[in-house]
Amino acid sequence: MDNLIASPHALEDQELMPGETVVHEPHTLLPQHRHHFETEEQQREAGSFGMWLFLLTEIMFFGGMFFAYLLYRNWYYPAFAVASNQLNVPEGAINTAILITSGFCMALGVWAAEVRKKKFLVLMLVLTTVFGVAFLGVKVDEYHEKYEHHHIPGASFSIAEFVNPAAYHIDERPLSPDMAQHTQLFFFLYFAMTGMHALHMIIGIGILGWLIWRANRGEFSTGYVAPIENFGLYWHFVDIVWLFLFPLLYLINRHLAH
Amino acid sequence: MSTAPIAISNTIVQLPDQTTATLPKRNYINAESGMLSWLLTGDHKRIAMLYLASITFFFFIGGAFAGAIRLELLTPQPDLVASDTYNKMFSMHGIIMIFLFLVPSVPATLGNFLIPIMIGAKDLAFPKINLLSWYLYMIGGTLTLAALVLGGVDTGWTFTTPLSTHYLNTHVITAASAIFVAGFASIFTGLNFIVTIHRMRAPGMTWFRMPLFVWSNYAASILMVLGTPVLAIALVLVALERTIGIGVFDPTKGGDPLLFQHLFWFYSHPAVYIMILPGMGVISEVISTFSRKRVFGYTAVAFSSVAIALFGFFVWAHHMFIMGVSNFSALVFSLLTMLVAVPSAIKIFNWAFTLQKGSITFETPMLYAFAFIGLFTIGGLTGVFLGSLGLDIHLTETYFIVAHFHYVMVGGMLMAFLAGIHFWWPKMTGRMYPESVSKLSAIISFIGFNLTFMPQFILGYLGMPRRYHAYPADFQVLNVLSTAGATVLGVGFLMPLLYLGWSLKYGAIAGNNPWQATGLEWQIQSPPLTENFLVTPIVTQEAYDYEWLEKKTKQEVTTVG
Amino acid sequence: MHISPVLWQFLVKWLHASALFPAEASTIAPYTDALYFFLLLITVIGLVLVGALIFGFSIRYRRQRNPVATQVEGSTLLEATWTIIPLAIFLVVFVWGAVLYFRIYNPPANSMNIYVIGKQWMWKAEHPGGQHEINSLHVPTGRPVQLTMISQDVFHSFSIPEFRVKREVVPGRYSTVWFNATTPGTYHLFCTQYCGTQHSGMIGEIVALTPEDYEKWTQQSTSGMSLAQNGERLFASMGCNACHNGTAAARGPSLAGVYGSHLTLSNGSQVLVNEAYLRDSILNPSQHVTAGFAPIMPTYQGQISEDGLIDLVEYIKTLNSNYRVQQTYVTSQSNQAAPTTPSEMVKP
Repeated sequence: MDNLIASPHALEDQELMPGETVVHEPHTLLPQHRHHFETEEQQREAGSFGMWLFLLTEIMFFGGMFFAYLLYRNWYYPAFAVASNQLNVPEGAINTAILITSGFCMALGVWAAEVRKKKFLVLMLVLTTVFGVAFLGVKVDEYHEKYEHHHIPGASFSIAEFVNPAAYHIDERPLSPDMAQHTQLFFFLYFAMTGMHALHMIIGIGILGWLIWRANRGEFSTGYVAPIENFGLYWHFVDIVWLFLFPLLYLINRHLAH
Repeated sequence: MSTAPIAISNTIVQLPDQTTATLPKRNYINAESGMLSWLLTGDHKRIAMLYLASITFFFFIGGAFAGAIRLELLTPQPDLVASDTYNKMFSMHGIIMIFLFLVPSVPATLGNFLIPIMIGAKDLAFPKINLLSWYLYMIGGTLTLAALVLGGVDTGWTFTTPLSTHYLNTHVITAASAIFVAGFASIFTGLNFIVTIHRMRAPGMTWFRMPLFVWSNYAASILMVLGTPVLAIALVLVALERTIGIGVFDPTKGGDPLLFQHLFWFYSHPAVYIMILPGMGVISEVISTFSRKRVFGYTAVAFSSVAIALFGFFVWAHHMFIMGVSNFSALVFSLLTMLVAVPSAIKIFNWAFTLQKGSITFETPMLYAFAFIGLFTIGGLTGVFLGSLGLDIHLTETYFIVAHFHYVMVGGMLMAFLAGIHFWWPKMTGRMYPESVSKLSAIISFIGFNLTFMPQFILGYLGMPRRYHAYPADFQVLNVLSTAGATVLGVGFLMPLLYLGWSLKYGAIAGNNPWQATGLEWQIQSPPLTENFLVTPIVTQEAYDYEWLEKKTKQEVTTVG
Repeated sequence: MHISPVLWQFLVKWLHASALFPAEASTIAPYTDALYFFLLLITVIGLVLVGALIFGFSIRYRRQRNPVATQVEGSTLLEATWTIIPLAIFLVVFVWGAVLYFRIYNPPANSMNIYVIGKQWMWKAEHPGGQHEINSLHVPTGRPVQLTMISQDVFHSFSIPEFRVKREVVPGRYSTVWFNATTPGTYHLFCTQYCGTQHSGMIGEIVALTPEDYEKWTQQSTSGMSLAQNGERLFASMGCNACHNGTAAARGPSLAGVYGSHLTLSNGSQVLVNEAYLRDSILNPSQHVTAGFAPIMPTYQGQISEDGLIDLVEYIKTLNSNYRVQQTYVTSQSNQAAPTTPSEMVKP
């Protein structure tokens, strides 16, 4: 019962009106149970349903950018092919592996919460975070490389590499200047899409930190796994977005290289 | 006894004895006190009231701009304000009215308050997200006001590229981020509704026992959840384009300005249904209650809401018929536009036939509902003018289109909102509004509205373009009529603000069910308890079952007696 | 669409006199108006019907007359009626509207072409004979006129209410609209797409003249050089003739007679050469490389104004042989060669 009183949600239970007829059975109701749900099952279902809906809005959000990407790729195919070849495939592949591993750890974490293994859960969440940070680290390196090659859209963008690839030791057919200009569109969409993805990662890592703190206090080892499950959905969604971004941005034009 | 017929009252209002009646001792309003208890509340009813206060505030700001616009258009010359001031005024009018008033109006206030109660739940599924939604709305509102105070924005609410990205030097990014943030408020409201309706219905509350208000909000929520993120990304791209200027929407750099149109209207056309669907839900409730009859063809009305939501996603390109979409897509989108008009027609006739064989009374909400039906019929049918490809060429971008969407948005949605506010006012506050003065204001609004916007149809066919600061002198007569109507309309909208405020303190005590309505919300005390129901209700009756209500009332009388 | 002419004239006269209705000044206008009146009729019928139902029921079934409601579940038959009838009407409107749309947006083959450039905040019209106009457009009556329009900056929209035509004027691509003016007179020209501060100042007048008056106007206001002549000059000064001269050694394709033909591009696709194609291939040459030629042409994006592009396009349209191109090119070569002579003379 100490646990019940220490929980911040116990307060809500005390606020119930005198006339409240819902029977309180502390041994069946979790401390995290919100009073407006009839049952825990209902609360859990509502949470995961809400998460799925939220992910649906996220799909629409990324969908707008995917649509723009496909449109311009269709219009300016040569520019997009060459620009895509400038992306660092090994780093992208490493990142894909890192992210899949991270997702795997997250899945193990959900399992750990379900079987109430506190230490294993914390370990898995920490590993998920570590891989997430590693992903961002590789991403920073990639962005830095783009900066060095003047591939960041804006004032410093240079099409020199695409107009005269031989001078830069790039094994590509040269693009005419007007087509080369459109590589900037590619890089803009590359940064917008991967940047938006990275932003989701950063938000996810922030939430992970909070979850680790709560998991460490044992909040999720009592059968209350909804936050871990729902965050798991979010994290897998972020993984899946990357699994679309990687082939679409990095791989799809590979066959054009000599 | 004599043969004199028993006088039947022309009202169904049943109030408790005013000499003894009091407001319930415990209710959601006095459950806690202090500013913080409101600002940190998780109670859907309190959040609804927060929303009601804030959208009313923004409505009157947007309305003030409308007044200033009509005043400028009194004369053909650009004499009252400078051109860019005028452009900022109509931009602000549009942004505030659409994103800060119409989109959240019914869902965030009435929907928030009523949906959990109507389906027998204690709260929405995610109370904290609900509160977050209000805070996001307020941040969006504050950013809009910031854009206004810092010097305004003159893109129009449509943010047409490349004008908004490369040719204007006003606070476009501030306004875009305002809409972005307010958009998330709307996403969270929609998400909360969908989850609540799916997962929190009381035992026995099947899908086809839900009030139609819940159905229409459900349909609108789908649109909010799926449409709004696309607007968000379009605005992000506009902001990025302004800051780094890559040319995603700039043809000189290889971009496609029509891409923005597609992304923008992919949200903004469904947004029209986000605005009108919840209003249609209000009308179903009101018509049924005041004719004491189940809504004619309940299932058809419920499904027509969902049909509107689904079709609504596939008609966006009808905003671009003259912009050079391909012939094929012009045909497809025109055809789909015609199809989306059908469910609205079904609703209109179903409402009309709900009256048949009813026992009709004419309280204020009913008057607003009648106004809705008439004005929405005009608004909807003039939409068919615009959906028809050839006629759209002449009519689009003129005052015809302005009149059309005001008939739908103001004549339809705002009338429905006012119908709903009056209808549920006793439930929300525990007090009645003054009946005769509110009837007067409904009539004033109706007359003022038609006087304002009917001349604009004619102006539109004559060719007067929208968003014009100055216009040829031959259009003046109709513009004067319109401005005159706007003053009447303004009075019609100010009156409720005053008498509803008055009624908070001096209104008659309403009792649980002044309208003798059947919804679950009317079976509990007014104003309700924080947790809505003492005992989770078990639903055994269909929606709008007036015989059930009668039986129940009789039983109560006998048990009490 | 077949309304008795007497009734039609009466309607038009009455509505015109009461200024509820714009003049019908093009061949399209009566078609648009017919659909408009049809829809107006539908609206009135719909409104009367709904109004009659609402008021009728309100009176018949008001509480004083009908104290107890009779519950009715609904009626599939009735509901089917008010689903199918509106649907049928809307489908008729759809077909009618589509037919009208294609009538308005498909110009007849024999129409004369005038170019229109929109920019913040003025309209510039360029006639083939080289006449330029700002915020006004003179057109002959009784003859189809096609406008090929483009914007230099933002979206504009070219609207002539009395002709019932309107079309968005988009940056970066040509859009067209056509009309056939029937009545001489002066009509409104509006920009209907919001385009910035002076949007409401982007207006002008359409002056429809009888063919004789139009002929007179053309002669009086010519600048002496037709668009094609301007284009020829630009063609030479930009050095286009260095490659596009039709000789065997030329690095670019010959442009004589290219307009209206079907070209095969280097990527294998077939295109019809029209104004839009010509304009695009000057600005984005690498996307329009004719089969058999190297993608060496530089882009002229930002180097030629929209007016210049129109001149070039008009010039290329008139080009039937390469004789003059070659002449000009040879002359310019010899001009360039000339100055070298003195410097050589200085040498010892």
